[in-house]
Amino acid sequence: MTAPYWEAVIGIECHVELKTVSKMFCGCPNEFGGEPNTKVCPVCLALPGALPVPNAMAIEYMLRAGLAFGATIPPHSKFDRKNYFYPDMPKNYQISQFDMPLTQGGVVRYWLEDGTRGECRLTRIHLEEDTGKSTHASADGRLAGATSSLIDFNRAGVPLMECVGEPDIRSADEAVAFLETLARTFRELGVSDVKMEEGSLRCDANVSIRKRGATELGTKAEIKNMNSFRSVRRAIASEIARQIEVVEGGGRVIQETRGWDEAAGVTHSQRSKEEAHDYRYFPDPDLVPIDVTADVVERVRATLTETPYERYARYVDTLGVDSKRATQLVDDAALAAWFDRAVAASDGKAQAVVAFVLGDLARLANESGTPLAAGKVTPEALAELVALTSSSAINSKAAKQIVETLWSEGGSAKAIVEREGLAQVSDRGAVEAIVDEVLAANPKVVADYKAGKTNVMGFLTGAVMKASRGKANPSLAQELLKEKLAAR
Amino acid sequence: MPTDRIDIRHVARLARLALTDDEIATFGPQLGSLMTHVDALAKLDTENVAATAQVVPSRNVQREDAIRPETILARDVVLQNAPQVQGPYFRVPRIIAEEG
Repeated sequence: MTAPYWEAVIGIECHVELKTVSKMFCGCPNEFGGEPNTKVCPVCLALPGALPVPNAMAIEYMLRAGLAFGATIPPHSKFDRKNYFYPDMPKNYQISQFDMPLTQGGVVRYWLEDGTRGECRLTRIHLEEDTGKSTHASADGRLAGATSSLIDFNRAGVPLMECVGEPDIRSADEAVAFLETLARTFRELGVSDVKMEEGSLRCDANVSIRKRGATELGTKAEIKNMNSFRSVRRAIASEIARQIEVVEGGGRVIQETRGWDEAAGVTHSQRSKEEAHDYRYFPDPDLVPIDVTADVVERVRATLTETPYERYARYVDTLGVDSKRATQLVDDAALAAWFDRAVAASDGKAQAVVAFVLGDLARLANESGTPLAAGKVTPEALAELVALTSSSAINSKAAKQIVETLWSEGGSAKAIVEREGLAQVSDRGAVEAIVDEVLAANPKVVADYKAGKTNVMGFLTGAVMKASRGKANPSLAQELLKEKLAAR
Repeated sequence: MPTDRIDIRHVARLARLALTDDEIATFGPQLGSLMTHVDALAKLDTENVAATAQVVPSRNVQREDAIRPETILARDVVLQNAPQVQGPYFRVPRIIAEEG
């Protein structure tokens, strides 16, 4: 691949199911799964005369989602009918938004695993309704060989927000980072579960290539059927490689829809009848317009807190946490909140706090199955422990022991130090006495050291630590050992 | 002639109507006269009329996000008018391509 010569241009569109209690236009439950065709009513089945009424919470969620990315909320919005025929869509039109979406613009700032950052503009986020679900009635449940399809309308009418991104993305990794940030943000806003495996997040990618430095866009292919972040990464990378091969082989990329084949690791042309879509959008006469006042916008804006990207940037830029650890924290909102309290209580000693939180405490949480935030260790107790460690009042071995005790009992780190007699001995005289004792008891090891086997130092330090029952300051012990051995 | 503005075969295809040539010959002029009738609206002065998508003067008709169990239909009722049923599902002719 002549990567430096070609540049990929990628635009992502994704559909996200909103986590409301009820459906978009009726009072049926919005729940994943369940017995087929048991969560339906005259409205979502499109029985004659049934009329839709919009779910106020879905509209609020849209405003939250848009405002979190700095979108503009136009004062007027409306619903339109998008007309097409498809068996899993009971009305033969989908209620959607055409020219007056609830949110316009905005920017998604994201970061990659290696810590590099990027941003992608949003064109818009609009609100629509989901379709039913179809399965295929062949013996193996696949489309090929099926003579008929089976429809379950439980999902029909579930509120769906469609996020349309600008073609600002340049690689498969950036596309995944963009989607991960969207997912993290929507999850934290409480507007969606964003589970790709359950279909509450579905995405398509428009991919084209052009010569690096060119400003016009190449012909794009629309990639569908990507069911995980991993398949998004693989599908886009594979499609970029395919297009480069086509063009370098003297061919031309044609505008088409291509489906990702997970097993084969390639995209295939979906030779559906490629007539230009003609949806004949028009305003839905069953639904009155939506006005969003400045008061409502400000009320929703006031409920927003730090976004996952802002948190990541604060951890890395202000607290000096490395990108990987910052991501681990950001991916667990409860853990991040706990971490923030511990950092505040420890007077900003973020490095030491993060080492405990993602080290011993993460291990204990993992082993016990209890999340840190639900366990017995308080952020204040960890802050105490960090203070004891950084002032050399205890050594790292004692710190480990205290963490274990805090985990199983809770309480205060200082109290444990006193109770267990774990205070580090940094008194020169006291450690010197132990060092003398150890050297006297190990004449052979001392002789080895003098003969050049300096690696016995580890053994001697260990012996001093053991003799002090783990309480000696290890660096002081080493320093004294070196002094004494040199003097012999 | 207003029918010049309508590709009647295209419109029929969008509506999933299979029209014969005779029907196209009949419906073409009929649609044309409908268009002529609507053209009368174009003569109105709308200079000072705001664009509108709805003639009903209300706004923001919404409902609280709550389940209404009494509206949910029993499955045998849901499926009773289906041309074909298989188990708990509506059965339809094989779906050819993804859409929407």
